[in-house]
Amino acid sequence: MKNPFSKKPKGPKKPLTVEQKISRRNFISFGSFVVLSGAAYGGWKALYNAPIEPRTVTAGAIKPLRRALNKTELVFRRFFSNNNLVKTYPKEMAAKNVRHNSDIGVGGTVDVQKWQLQVQKQSGEVLNIGIDDLKKLPKTEIVFDFKCVEGWDQISYWGGVKFSDFITHYKLDDQTKLDYVGMETPDKKYYVGIDMPSAMHPQTLLAYEVNEKPLPQNHGAPLRLIIPVKYGIKNLKRIGSISFSNKRPRDYWAEKGYDYYSGL
Amino acid sequence: MKVIKEKHPLAMRWTHWVNFPLLSIMIWSGLIIYWGNDEYKITLFGHTYFKFFPQGFYDALGLQGHLAKGMAFHFLFMWFFALNGVIYILYTIISGEWRELVPQKKSFKEAWLVLLHDLHIRKMAPPQKKYNAAQRIAYTAIIVMGLGSLITGLAIYKPVQFYYLTWLCGGYHLARIFHFALTIGYVLFFVIHIVQVVLAGWNNFRSVISGFEVINENPKPIVEITPTSDEKPVQ
Repeated sequence: MKNPFSKKPKGPKKPLTVEQKISRRNFISFGSFVVLSGAAYGGWKALYNAPIEPRTVTAGAIKPLRRALNKTELVFRRFFSNNNLVKTYPKEMAAKNVRHNSDIGVGGTVDVQKWQLQVQKQSGEVLNIGIDDLKKLPKTEIVFDFKCVEGWDQISYWGGVKFSDFITHYKLDDQTKLDYVGMETPDKKYYVGIDMPSAMHPQTLLAYEVNEKPLPQNHGAPLRLIIPVKYGIKNLKRIGSISFSNKRPRDYWAEKGYDYYSGL
Repeated sequence: MKVIKEKHPLAMRWTHWVNFPLLSIMIWSGLIIYWGNDEYKITLFGHTYFKFFPQGFYDALGLQGHLAKGMAFHFLFMWFFALNGVIYILYTIISGEWRELVPQKKSFKEAWLVLLHDLHIRKMAPPQKKYNAAQRIAYTAIIVMGLGSLITGLAIYKPVQFYYLTWLCGGYHLARIFHFALTIGYVLFFVIHIVQVVLAGWNNFRSVISGFEVINENPKPIVEITPTSDEKPVQ
């Protein structure tokens, strides 16, 4: 068979007329266009209808999209640095009415004096820490623009213990060699997993105050996580326990199709 | 006599047609994300003229309540959208095609004349090469807009790690507004683009798929008149 792309007409074959050239080129290009469009559409359908990921620490996303989220996380983790700080604002700019979006895990009221933070070391050792002990540690304040995954943001003013100060004080430095921190509410209905670099970021707080007053119940009294390098979904209210692990701890919204990392 | 005139190189056609579905997916998934906090509206002197978007719009396109899905699609296809744009820009630079695309000094004045001509107010359009003045402005603006979407997008995607981009965009709020406004810009561009393509006709449309246009050239006289005197031939 002759090569149809051969430019040299052999023997007595006549060169193509302009009309023939036009129809030949149209055929090839429109043919390719239709075939490639069809392939693209097929690819899109296949992606859109791909199975939902099997339930692990993450769930609810289309399998290839979860893979993409996890790969994208690896790229953007390279840009993470403790030198990259969230922008801070003067106190006067902080909202008086601090928005709260969800009550999952903070049902009922908690007895602040009876409440204890449970710190579970990987060795199995457990520390129980009361709120007054935490308030004795050096206090850090931050006024920053809290960002929700929904797209809203609000400048708010928090006070508490810097997570890294908390680690140093309770001699948990060896635990920070692990990859993740897990936090859960006392009723275990809300839970988050945080990668260690983000947890140890200098602006991550275990907050017990908002607008210079103790946290109200709906903001997670007596202690909540304020982690400005993450979306609001990671800023767990009413911390019941903190654990350390090399595996990703379970994460409420990552089980509902959201990015596990959710870093800003 | 019909003659084949090459018009659009393969790289231009390829990036053009790849961009179409990619941008469509980015706009679709972007609208799903925007629904999560759909606060923008056009308000003048206390009267709201339009709210982005009316409920019927979300219902018609099924944009409501899939925030996680919208984000997952958006953060996958952003890579391909950006890559395709980079390929296109590199191509226009390396091939020298940018000379045909970037507006010239006279383009801004001429674009009005093109507009008046297209609206059938003026009879003559200014002389042009591959693209007329209005096209030069439009096709360069759309690339600048693409770059804008990339920068404003990164500014709201990683406002802490890329704080300098967020700063460049005038903060998180403004960056999100710009990112949204650019999307509206694409839709307006698309509408005008389609109208122009329909008006320009088949030959023009085909050239974006096949790469060539067919033009009718008057056959050149076979017998050339050779000058008998010392006069130079008139070109």
